[in-house]
Amino acid sequence: MFKVIAFMLIGGILGYLFRKREPGYISKAIMILICLLLLLLGIEVGKNPEIIEGIATIGVEALIITLAAVAGSAIMSLLLWKYIKSRKK
Amino acid sequence: MRTSIIIVSFFIVGIVLGLTDIIPDELFNNNISFYVLCALMFCVGISIGSDSKTLKSFKRISPVYYLLPLFTIIGTLGGCVLISFMLPERTIAEIMAVGSGFGYYSLSSIFITEYKGAELGTIALLSNIIREVMALLFAPFFVKYFGKLALISVGGATTMDTTLPVILKFSGKEFLVVSLFSGFILDLSVPFLVTFFCTI
Repeated sequence: MFKVIAFMLIGGILGYLFRKREPGYISKAIMILICLLLLLLGIEVGKNPEIIEGIATIGVEALIITLAAVAGSAIMSLLLWKYIKSRKK
Repeated sequence: MRTSIIIVSFFIVGIVLGLTDIIPDELFNNNISFYVLCALMFCVGISIGSDSKTLKSFKRISPVYYLLPLFTIIGTLGGCVLISFMLPERTIAEIMAVGSGFGYYSLSSIFITEYKGAELGTIALLSNIIREVMALLFAPFFVKYFGKLALISVGGATTMDTTLPVILKFSGKEFLVVSLFSGFILDLSVPFLVTFFCTI
């Protein structure tokens, strides 16, 4: 599965080498590919009766994980912010 | 915001199509989404590599701010580890994979679907959409109670684009470069961290 990351790195090198050309079409291509992949994910979800039946539980799980992740990052950023402010004094 | 609505509506249209049985099952046997994902990552690579304007602006940033994305990663993953005890049916690594999206819901949900299936992929999609929406809706709350960096931390991988306007408004314009830098690093880290937590 690390193939996917290899594709990103190859793209990054090519992008850097040809950076003088304006790649306006690239952001359009990214948007189209993202939409296509989410359409495919949606189809897969729709075809899976277990996920459809459990969508309420899945939503609650997603919310719980997000609240924990957001709280953790807010607390860590507060520590860094206090450190930066104390250095300025 | 418009972009998010477009992306989510594609997901919803997909669910409806899946429910109606119009699409044959064979479509998924040959791993079509994996090839589309490779094409997507190739394009993401090109857009990062050719973005010299953003790369140059990072030179003007005070060194201590370079730590912010690292603090965000530690805080997010720490929160995920703690909450995993409340969700015993998932492994710690799965919850950390969901958290490693940092609000980049399109990419992280696609990756997690590839590695762990559509159920965890959908959790990742919802969770990371909620993260972005929280940053947008509760921006003043985070700035007031957790300091001016909190909004950039909560915004995660989205602070280069969708949540940038609210950061400039509520944290201040002087945080433009910090916000771009943090978003850039977290954006880059999403495929690596998600792959890591899905494969351990």
